[in-house]
Amino acid sequence: MERQIEIRLTGSGGQGLILGGIILAEAALLDGKNAIQSQSYGPEARGGASKAEVIISNDEIDYPKVETADLLLALTQVACDKYAVTVKKDGILLVDSTVNIPEGIKAGKIVQVPILQTATEVVGKSMVANIVAIGAIQQLLNIVTKESLETAVLNRVPKGTEDLNRKALAEGYKLVEKY
Amino acid sequence: MKKSNVKLMQGNEACVEGAIAAGMRFYAGYPITPSTEIAEVSAQKLPRIGGKFIQMEDEIAGIAAAIGASLAGLKSMTATSGPGFSLKQENIGYAALAEIPIVIVDVQRGGPSTGLPTAPSQGDIMQAKWGTHGDHPVIALSPSSVKETFDLTIRCFNLAEKYRTPVFLMLDEVVGHMREKIEIPDASEIEVIDRLKPAPGDKNYLPYKVEEGQIVPPMAAYGDGFRFHVTGLMHDESGFPSNSSEVAHHLMTRLMKKVEDHLDDIITYEENNIEDAEIVLLSYGGTARSAKSAMKKAREKGLKVGLFRPITIWPFPEKRVKEIAKNVKAIIVAEMNYGQLVLEVERVVKGATEVYHVGKINGEVITPDEILSKVEEVK
Repeated sequence: MERQIEIRLTGSGGQGLILGGIILAEAALLDGKNAIQSQSYGPEARGGASKAEVIISNDEIDYPKVETADLLLALTQVACDKYAVTVKKDGILLVDSTVNIPEGIKAGKIVQVPILQTATEVVGKSMVANIVAIGAIQQLLNIVTKESLETAVLNRVPKGTEDLNRKALAEGYKLVEKY
Repeated sequence: MKKSNVKLMQGNEACVEGAIAAGMRFYAGYPITPSTEIAEVSAQKLPRIGGKFIQMEDEIAGIAAAIGASLAGLKSMTATSGPGFSLKQENIGYAALAEIPIVIVDVQRGGPSTGLPTAPSQGDIMQAKWGTHGDHPVIALSPSSVKETFDLTIRCFNLAEKYRTPVFLMLDEVVGHMREKIEIPDASEIEVIDRLKPAPGDKNYLPYKVEEGQIVPPMAAYGDGFRFHVTGLMHDESGFPSNSSEVAHHLMTRLMKKVEDHLDDIITYEENNIEDAEIVLLSYGGTARSAKSAMKKAREKGLKVGLFRPITIWPFPEKRVKEIAKNVKAIIVAEMNYGQLVLEVERVVKGATEVYHVGKINGEVITPDEILSKVEEVK
């Protein structure tokens, strides 16, 4: 059985993490893989620490929740403090530059890059931070193809924002090229 | 997603897609987490295909309107969660006695009372069987995946129409809310059963008379030109109330038998690695996914573990579980409650094997490792 890849996207409510998760899952389906996306509901989904989960596999996916993550994204300090411990020991911790990594976190690789700042200043819209982030995730994991990811993004974003989102993806790829 | 009918879809959404494919043209309900998307998607889709969506003033009105619409000839559904399922129980009994086909979806959340609105549970399994008073036939199905939610919703409608009885789709928050790959089959591949109707203008129509060779009486719709009476009191073939013990006995026996005599048609289940299993995991709905994962992990460790997943919860697959019990050291029932279906397993097994329970009542899903550690404890 080929190993399945488990991704946890964390940050605060409103950062578009659930949409990011849906897009990653839909890109995996476009690649002919299996995917499951789930999220936390309730008070913690609005502000505070919010999370979305995606599991991608070539095989059947049984247990639908992420226990420890192959990649954990944290866009806020609160989310990082709460969830960073759930990254696998050989997993990737992807955090925004504004976030301080808690002491004692063990991960295979820690990638700290300016996701939020890139969205605001380079792409020009803070709301595309989720797209920058999933671009970076694609570059790091190569679990979905760039072609499918772009198609999945364009299927989900409002008309007229295609170029903006293409740029967000490209900046996401670029951010982590060196890692 | 190379083919346009492959989609990423939520369980709740797939429920509505299945309902519409089965012919649902009426939905009434009172939105409640974690079933809300069922109302939401029904509201979006039904008006576009000539159906009706009504948001009622409360849960009781939701099922009452669905019953009324079914009597008027439309395939009808309502969806809810625990608190609403409690409120609907009286009308569930009415639909059972008056033999009105409807589908009731319960996306189970932590209870009792308003409990844990956003967290999963399987705490309504016994309520599905015994929630309304009096003896009555019960059909309840529980899906484990988004695709199965689509398929079983269709099956719920087919069973409701065929046996003229309310049918429950017992979802849980895990399956209701997760998004998963689904390939929607072409309409031509879907079996749809419609209710038996009387011949138009039949002067001798009796609304509760079963014709030779039929399971249920033919059901006229209000507006078809037949005059008939429907009641929650015991009634004879004319549909009018009766206090006669003979009439009551005849009706009650007929109601119970229409399910009891067709168990092979109604009951379905999935088996994995049962042949050589020493320990069998018995699990359903979202929890069955954890059990399947636990089974695979156990097999990797060389433990002979199998999985029995009832898809039909009620009537319980009694015959098959009895057979399995004879050949195994233990059955471990995993379910998100304090111990419900495990009681039925114990009753059926009658001491032929050890029965253990893995339960959880804190709103969290049971993990594969929790089931696996029970396996290692009892092996």
